Amino acid sequence: MTFTTPEIAWAPLAPIIIVLGAASIGVLIEAFVRTPATRRTVQLILGLVSMAAALGTLAVQWASLDGAGTQVMRLMLTVDRQALAWQSVILVFGLLGILLFASRTRSGETAFTPLGAATPGSIEETLARRRGLEVTEVFPLLLFAVGGMMLFTCVTDYIFLFVALEVFSLALYIMVALARRRRLMSHEAALKYFLLGAFSSAIYLFGVALVYGATTQTSFAAVGRAIDVISDRDGLLLAGVVLILVGLLFKIGAVPFHSWTPDAYQGAPTPVTAFMGAATKAAATAALVRILYTSLHPLEWEISWMLWATAIASMALGTVLALVQTNVKRMLAYSSVAHAGFILVAFAGLTAEAVVALPFYLLAYGLATIGAFAVVSQVRERTEDGAVGAEAVRLGQWAGLGKRSPLLAGAMSLFLLSFAGIPLTAGFIGKFEVFSAAVAGGGWPLVLIAVIASAIAAFFYVRLVVLMFLTDVPEGAEDSIEVDDSPLTRFVVVVTAAAVLVLGILPAGALNLFENAAQFLVTANG
Amino acid sequence: MNPINFVILAAILFSIGSAAVLLRRNAIVAFMGVELMLNAANLALVAFSRIHGQLDGQVMAFFVMVVAAAEVVVGLAIIIAVFRARQTISLDEPAELKG
Repeated sequence: MTFTTPEIAWAPLAPIIIVLGAASIGVLIEAFVRTPATRRTVQLILGLVSMAAALGTLAVQWASLDGAGTQVMRLMLTVDRQALAWQSVILVFGLLGILLFASRTRSGETAFTPLGAATPGSIEETLARRRGLEVTEVFPLLLFAVGGMMLFTCVTDYIFLFVALEVFSLALYIMVALARRRRLMSHEAALKYFLLGAFSSAIYLFGVALVYGATTQTSFAAVGRAIDVISDRDGLLLAGVVLILVGLLFKIGAVPFHSWTPDAYQGAPTPVTAFMGAATKAAATAALVRILYTSLHPLEWEISWMLWATAIASMALGTVLALVQTNVKRMLAYSSVAHAGFILVAFAGLTAEAVVALPFYLLAYGLATIGAFAVVSQVRERTEDGAVGAEAVRLGQWAGLGKRSPLLAGAMSLFLLSFAGIPLTAGFIGKFEVFSAAVAGGGWPLVLIAVIASAIAAFFYVRLVVLMFLTDVPEGAEDSIEVDDSPLTRFVVVVTAAAVLVLGILPAGALNLFENAAQFLVTANG
Repeated sequence: MNPINFVILAAILFSIGSAAVLLRRNAIVAFMGVELMLNAANLALVAFSRIHGQLDGQVMAFFVMVVAAAEVVVGLAIIIAVFRARQTISLDEPAELKG
């Protein structure tokens, strides 16, 4: 048998190559630049420049795209407007994320451990801290994650989707384990996230193998065409499709595949939580959109029960469990589970509107998530000698934050209202678009449940707002909380708050952009 | 020998692997379960490739092997970090995260 060398159009892949190339250079910088402080600066600049350059390249590609897009390596990678739109959303999250990664508290400490290999509480750890070491590897890891996610949005082959999935997941697992404080918790979060993540990708892979067995194909479009031909929809095919969907729903964090979400969100260093919460959901939704619309739509009737059931379960369980949380990070994690449900609502009926609504929803949700966790990283406990301590994550510790820092409390309220879907915030437009797409697709019972869930969810979002502004600081606890003022984090908070407001008041520009993006180059029909 | 038997074997291995992940409380054993699942998928890919008379499935098995190797590196690193901090890798033992 002879192999033909595949012809690869490299130019459309330029943004991904820039990001992954910069990540590789970042690894070399780790080896050759000695002083931690210089290394941090160099890595930060490299990350910012490369992601900005990738964003610029995306804009040029968007403008010069003739027709629908380019197929890179026949049927395996497709760079169309849909992919470009999702990639720019992920790059925006990456740029905001790297600023959070680089920010330091007043006392000059980062969110990451000085030495990942040192055992918590050991002498090595103390020595590493005293010598001012820093785990600057997180910057290349972030770039690898961003590159993998960008690849994830444009891959159109089930096996290569698995490779892209692992490229960004492996980077995330490591970053979760690198918290500076509460390191045992961080390790435990990483272990759980890793085991469940690896479990779900194995399930996904076995699903792919079964679909390959049933259809002899692995590319999205070819599988879609083959499904149409198979007359009796055999069990092999259906089992494979269900396993594939389980793998992807896991990454989105929908019930019953959500159990990693609260632990990973709580245990991870807060900048990592911010980036992971926003970008993973966006990447996984992008892949789910492409798979459902270009490959599995002939099976819509057979798989819709599964999407409906997970959507309802996610909304119900996410909302109820968020109500009873006393930890801010954990509450936001369960709220993200509920949002996974709202995302799945959009897939009812597989309407064309959903392809416009989902990128907007994820952009609005991601900006608010990054902003909210940026605020969380600023509210700190005060140590006995008056320095900035660990993050104050108990809800009670947030009482009276509005008096301590009106800016942070105001921004946090805006993010929470956006999560709740209150008008004049981006979250409202996102929810409105998603729900109307679902109604157009005949999913009105789902929308009804979603509206009820939103109303209940508004309770715990508003509870935190009330706690920040209308509750007084408890007696004797006036000195227990320290509000940090890292300029980079403040910048991220201001930018995301402004973006949430602008997208809420003037959504037309972004919606038009995503409407232009709502076409797939390769579908099973074409 | 009928190659469909290999697919059945793969399904059995996959079930054993997922049972190990879900039931065993030792992190290393659970991780071995994941590896068993990945290899079951590989076996299924190769068996289907043989049934269909194509090479695609075999080529894909190589990709899966490389990814699985990378996953082992990251996974064992995390498990070792947990072991050094706690002197145990039982999944029931660490319970900082609840709710």
